[in-house]
Amino acid sequence: MTSRKTVLVLGGSSDIGRATARAFAKAGYDVGLAGRDVAALEPDAADLRARYNVEVSLAKFDVLDTASFEGFVSSLPALPDVVISIVGLLGVQVNAESDLAHATTIMRSNYEGPSLILGLFAEKFLARGNGTIVGVSSVAGDRGRASNYVYGSAKAGFSAFLSGLRARAGRGGVHVVTVKPGFVRTKMTEGMKLIGPLTVDAPVVGDAILNAVEKKTDVVYVSGKWRLVMLIIKTLPEAVFKKLKF
Amino acid sequence: MTLVSGWGRFPVVDSDVLRLRSFEAVGVAVVTGSVARGNGRAYGDAAIGAVRTIGMTGFDRVRSFDPATGRIRLEAGVLLSDLIDTFGPRGFLPFVVPGTRFVSIGGAIAADVHGKNHHCEGGFGRYVDSILLRTGQGETIEASREQNSDAFFATVGGMGLTGIILEATMRLRPAETGWIRERVISASDLDAAMRALDAGDAATYSVAWIDCAARGRDLGRSLIYLGEHAGKDELAEGAVAFPAGKNRGLAVPIDLPAMTLNRTSIRAFNGLYYRMGARRAGGDHVVSLYPYFFPLDSIADWNRIYGRRGFLQHQCVIPEPGARAVLGEILDRVARRGDASFLAVLKKLGQGDGILSFPLPGYTLALDFPVKGDILNFLDEIDRLVVAAGGRLYLAKDARQSRAIFEAGYPALSRFNAIRKSLDPAGNIRSKLSQRLLDEV
Repeated sequence: MTSRKTVLVLGGSSDIGRATARAFAKAGYDVGLAGRDVAALEPDAADLRARYNVEVSLAKFDVLDTASFEGFVSSLPALPDVVISIVGLLGVQVNAESDLAHATTIMRSNYEGPSLILGLFAEKFLARGNGTIVGVSSVAGDRGRASNYVYGSAKAGFSAFLSGLRARAGRGGVHVVTVKPGFVRTKMTEGMKLIGPLTVDAPVVGDAILNAVEKKTDVVYVSGKWRLVMLIIKTLPEAVFKKLKF
Repeated sequence: MTLVSGWGRFPVVDSDVLRLRSFEAVGVAVVTGSVARGNGRAYGDAAIGAVRTIGMTGFDRVRSFDPATGRIRLEAGVLLSDLIDTFGPRGFLPFVVPGTRFVSIGGAIAADVHGKNHHCEGGFGRYVDSILLRTGQGETIEASREQNSDAFFATVGGMGLTGIILEATMRLRPAETGWIRERVISASDLDAAMRALDAGDAATYSVAWIDCAARGRDLGRSLIYLGEHAGKDELAEGAVAFPAGKNRGLAVPIDLPAMTLNRTSIRAFNGLYYRMGARRAGGDHVVSLYPYFFPLDSIADWNRIYGRRGFLQHQCVIPEPGARAVLGEILDRVARRGDASFLAVLKKLGQGDGILSFPLPGYTLALDFPVKGDILNFLDEIDRLVVAAGGRLYLAKDARQSRAIFEAGYPALSRFNAIRKSLDPAGNIRSKLSQRLLDEV
C-alpha cells in the first residue's frame, strides 16, 4: 500500500469516468475503477499506470444490482478517500413514456442505484470521520422538461438526495459534491444536437470534479453559463414553461 | 452524410463521419472508400474518406511506458498535446513536433510530420519503432523496420492510405526541462536568411519567419529562430522545470470578414513583427516550449481568421542547387500579389524516412492564402517552378495540386502504389486526396 490518497470511480468506463480518473491520477491519487465489465476497464487501468505511475485496482459494479451493494463496499481492500458516482442512463424519453420497464431502468440507474451506493459510502465515511462523496447529477434535474422528464426527474431525485446528505454529513467531517455537467461531448450524447458554447469535453468535467473535491465546493455547474441558463429556466412561470417544447 | 473539411476549411465535401471506440468496430466500419481521421489538422482533403471518414480520437490510451528507455506504446488517437502535458513533467518530450501540438499520433505518422529539427534529427517517423496497422484488406499486422518493412515505410508518410493505424510504439526524448534556449537572428534579405539557416545547421532547432510583404531590396527579410533544450541550471531562480501549457487563452469566435486581412493590414503586421523581433535579436533567451514550438496554438480556431471561404496553405520543398533562385522568384510573385499571409516560414529539411514522406534535403517554404480570386491559377504556376527545380508539395497541407505536379514531385510513387495494392487489393482505403492524386480512374 502507498500513502497516497485514493479515489474510487463508479462508472469508470464512461467518457466522464475515464477523464475523471485521469485528472485524479495526474494529481497523485491511486485509483479504483468500478464498472459492469471489468475486462473492459483493463486498458484504462494500463493507461493510468503508464501515464501517471499510480496504483490502479478494478472492481465489478452494477448500479442496477442493489442487492450486491453491501457486499461490494465490504469487499473493497480499503475504504477510499473519495468516491465518485458517474453512472447514469440517458435512455430514450419517447420510449420511456409508454414502456414502463425502460422508464424504470432510467429511474433506477439515475436515482435509486447512485443514491443507495453513495448513501452506503457516507455511513462508512461518517464512521471514519472523513471522506468526500461526489455525485454526477445533471442540469436536467433542475426542472422537468417535456423532452426528457423521465431522466430529469430521476436526476432531480438524486440532486435532492445529495443535498440532504451534504447537510447531514458535513457535521461529521464528510463533504458531498453535486456535479451538474451540462452538455458534454461523450458516447452518451453522440448524435444529439448540442449547443456549441454550452458544450464541454469530458476532460473539462474531470478537472472540475478534482477542483471541487480539493476546494470542497458544494454544487458545481461545470460551465458557469449553465447556472444562468438553469436559473432562467427555473424562474419561468409554469404557465409559460408548459408551452415550451424543449 | 456530413459536410467535412480539413483545417484550411477548403474544400468542404460530403463524407460519412464515424467516431469509433473499439478496434472491433474499426473492422466493421471500413467500407470501400474509407480513410482514418485524427484531429483534423491536415489542411486539405487528406483525412476525408471518399465515402466514409473514420474518426480515431476516441482511441486515446497509453498502453505502456518505460521510463528507463523512453519507449512508449500508445493508441493512434492520442494527441501530441496530451503526450507533452502528461510526459513533459516526467522528463520526456516527443523527438519531433510540428507547428501545432493538436495532432494525433496516427496523423503525425501518416504525414511523417517534421519539426524545426528536421535538418539534424529527421522526422516523426524516425522515432517510430513499430505500427499496428489494419490493412485495407482487413488484416491486422505489426509493421516495423524489421517486420513487414514495406508496410512500415509505406505507412510512414503514406497519408493513411495503407490502412488504419491503430497503435504505435515510439521513443520519447529525455528532456530536463520544458524550456528552450532561443536565439533570434535578423536577416535583411533572402540571401542573409539562407546563410543564417546554413549557419544554424548545428542548432537542434532552426526556422525562419519571412516578412513576405517586403519587396525589392528587402525581399525575403526574415527573423531566424534557433533553439536548444535548456537544462535546469539555465532556468531563472524559482522557475518550474516544466511550464504549464495554457490551453487556448484567446479564441477567434466567428469567421472574420474576408476583408480583415488585406494588403495594408498584412504589410503593417509583418513590418511590426519584423521590427519587434529584430530588437530582440542577438542574445539568448529562455522561453517556454509552448510559444517556441506552437506559436499559433494559443489562438483557438485561428483558421477562422481567413473568413468563411477558407484558406490554402502552400508548402513546397526545393533541393539545392537552385533553391535560392526559385525561392526568390516565388517570394517576389507573392509580394507583388499582396495577399500573402501572416505566416511565411522557411526552413531546412533533411532526408525523409517514408516512401512518400515530404522532406528531402533542401529548403521548405510555407505560405497561407485566402481562397479568393485567381489564387488557384497563381499556385498552379508556382507549382511548375517547384517541380522544375526538383521539388515537391507537402500532402498534409495540400488541397489543390494537380496529379501531374504530384507525380513529378514524388518519383517513388510507383513503389508506394505497389505496396498499397498488396495491402489493399480491392482498394478499400481511399480518401478525397487519393481520389484526386493517386487512385486509378
